[in-house]
Amino acid sequence: MQLYLPIADIPVNVFLILAMGAAVGFVSGMFGIGGGFLMTPLLIFIGIAPAVAVASVASHIAASSFSGALSYWRRRAIDPALALVLLSGGTIGTMLGVWTFTLLRSLGQLDLMIALSYVVLLTTVGGLMFWEGLRALLRVRRGVAVPLRRSGSHGWIHGLPLKMRFKRSKIYLSVIPVVVVGIIIGFIGAVMGVGGGFILVPIMIYLLRVPTATVIGTSMVLTLVTMLFATLLHAATNHLVDAVLALILMVGGVTGAQFGARAGQKIRGEHLRLLLGLLVLAVGIRFAIELVLRPDDLFTIRETGGAG
Amino acid sequence: MIRRALLTMVGAVLALGALLPPPPARAERLIVSVSNHRVTVTPNYSGEELVLFGSVEKDASTPATRNTYDLVVTVSGPRANMVTRRKERKFGIWINTDYRQFLEVPTYLALFANRPFDAIASPDVARRQQLGLNNVLLTQRVGPDYADVVPNDAFRRAFVRLRSEHGLYREDTSAVTFLTPTLFRTGIPLPGEVPIGTYGVEIKLFSDGALVTKTDTAFEIVKVGFEQFVATTARQNGLAYGLITACMALMTGWIASIVFRKD
Repeated sequence: MQLYLPIADIPVNVFLILAMGAAVGFVSGMFGIGGGFLMTPLLIFIGIAPAVAVASVASHIAASSFSGALSYWRRRAIDPALALVLLSGGTIGTMLGVWTFTLLRSLGQLDLMIALSYVVLLTTVGGLMFWEGLRALLRVRRGVAVPLRRSGSHGWIHGLPLKMRFKRSKIYLSVIPVVVVGIIIGFIGAVMGVGGGFILVPIMIYLLRVPTATVIGTSMVLTLVTMLFATLLHAATNHLVDAVLALILMVGGVTGAQFGARAGQKIRGEHLRLLLGLLVLAVGIRFAIELVLRPDDLFTIRETGGAG
Repeated sequence: MIRRALLTMVGAVLALGALLPPPPARAERLIVSVSNHRVTVTPNYSGEELVLFGSVEKDASTPATRNTYDLVVTVSGPRANMVTRRKERKFGIWINTDYRQFLEVPTYLALFANRPFDAIASPDVARRQQLGLNNVLLTQRVGPDYADVVPNDAFRRAFVRLRSEHGLYREDTSAVTFLTPTLFRTGIPLPGEVPIGTYGVEIKLFSDGALVTKTDTAFEIVKVGFEQFVATTARQNGLAYGLITACMALMTGWIASIVFRKD
C-alpha cells in the first residue's frame, strides 16, 4: 500500500516502513536502546532525505522510549534525581545540536558530517562494547567471577566537587560529569538523529558507575526528553519533521519493542552486550566502507531553495 | 539619424514581406488541451500520467504543399536553485569538493517529439528553440558568471543524468503521435516524487525544419486535504506542529505500554 509522505514529498510503501519500524523496535527493546542509529540510515537508504530522516526519527525514538520508560517506572528502575541532572545538560546539548545541524545543512556538508560521526562513534563504541563483551564472556567461561562494579577503584571523576547523593541508584557523585554527559548525548542526538542510548548506557555503567538496575530506565528518560525537545526544535526551525512517517515508524517501533524486550530477557547479559557491540560495529563499518570506497555516483544534486 | 534609417529599412522589409507569399508563422494555429489541469496529490498518490492532445488548424493562407508537421512538447515544472556536487578522494575518503550552482532550473523537465530532434530541425534551430535536453538552457553560476555551458560539461551531464534517473527529466522523441496528419496526442508521465507547483507546457510546431507556430498551456500539481494541511502547518506553525507530533509520540508510547502490559 503506497502512501504519500507530506513533508518528505515521496510515496512510500506503508508496510515496508512498518516492518522497518518493527525490526528496529525489536532490536531496541532487546537492548534497551532507542535504535535511532539503525533507523536513520535505513530511512536514508529507502530514499528519504537525510535531513528529514534525522528529524522524523527523533519523534519515533521519543515514542518508543516513552513506552519503555513507563514500564521501567512501574518497576521503580528509574532514578528521578539522576535523570533530572542529566536532562539539564541534555537540553543544552540538544539546542546546540539543532543549531549545528542547521548550520551544516547550509554549508552542504551535513551528509558528510552525519556519515563521519556515524563512523567514528559507532566503530569506537561498538568496538569497545564488543571487546568488553568478549572479555566478560571469556571470564565467565573460565569461571572467574569479576564484579562489574569495582567498588574500590574510584577514578578522577569521583574526585570532582559539587557532589550529590542519588538515592535510588545508591551513588554519591559530582553533578559536573553528569551534566557534561547530558550535553554530549543531547548534541549527538540532535545532529545524528539517534537517541544516544547506546553511548549513554556504557558511559553510565563504566564512567559514572551507575548500577545496572537503574541505568536503562534512567537513560530512557533522558532519551525521551531530548528527543521530544529535538522534535520540537527541528519542527520549529527546519520544518523537516514528517509526522506521517513518524507515526508509521512509532506504531511499528513500539510493537516490535515489546517482543524485543521479551527476547532480551531470555539472553544472558554478556551475550547481549556482545551482540549489541557487534551490531553497532557493523553499522559503523558499513558507513566507513561507504566513505572509503569509490561511490557509484560521484555526483549528487541538492535543492537549495526555490524561487518560483 | 542612423536609427531612423534602420527603422525605415525594417519597415521596408516588413512591407515587402506582406507582398510576398504569406509568412509561415501566421498560417497555422495550434489548439491544445491537457487531460487534467489540476493534479491532486492524495495519500495514495504514486505518480500519474496526463495526456496532452491537440490539433493543427490550417487556414486559407496555409501553403497547400505543406502537409507534414513535426511537434515538440516541452513540459517544465516549478523552477528552483540546485547544487550539483562532485565527490573526490581526500584523505582517503570520498567527500564533496567541487560544486556548481544551477540557477532557476526546472525541477521537472520533459521534452517530447514525434521524431528525433535532429530530423526535425537543423542543429542551429534546435539550439535556438531549445529542442532536446542537450539544448535546454540550464543556467549555471561559475564564479561571478552566469552561463549555460556546453552540453558535455561534466556537471551539466551529471545533473541531467541524475534528474533523469528519478524520472524528473526526460526526453522521448517518439512520444508524440499524430492520429491524423493534424491531430496529435502525447502522454506526460509524472513520477511519484514530482514537485508540487505550476507546470508550463510549450508546444512548438515545425515544418520543413522551421518553427511554424507555438502555443502554451499549463497545469498545476497541488497537495489537497490532509497532505496539504500537514505541509502548510509544518511550514507556518512549526512549533504547534512540533508539539502535536511530540504529543502523538507520547500517546503512541503510552498506548503501547497499556496494550502490551502483561501480568
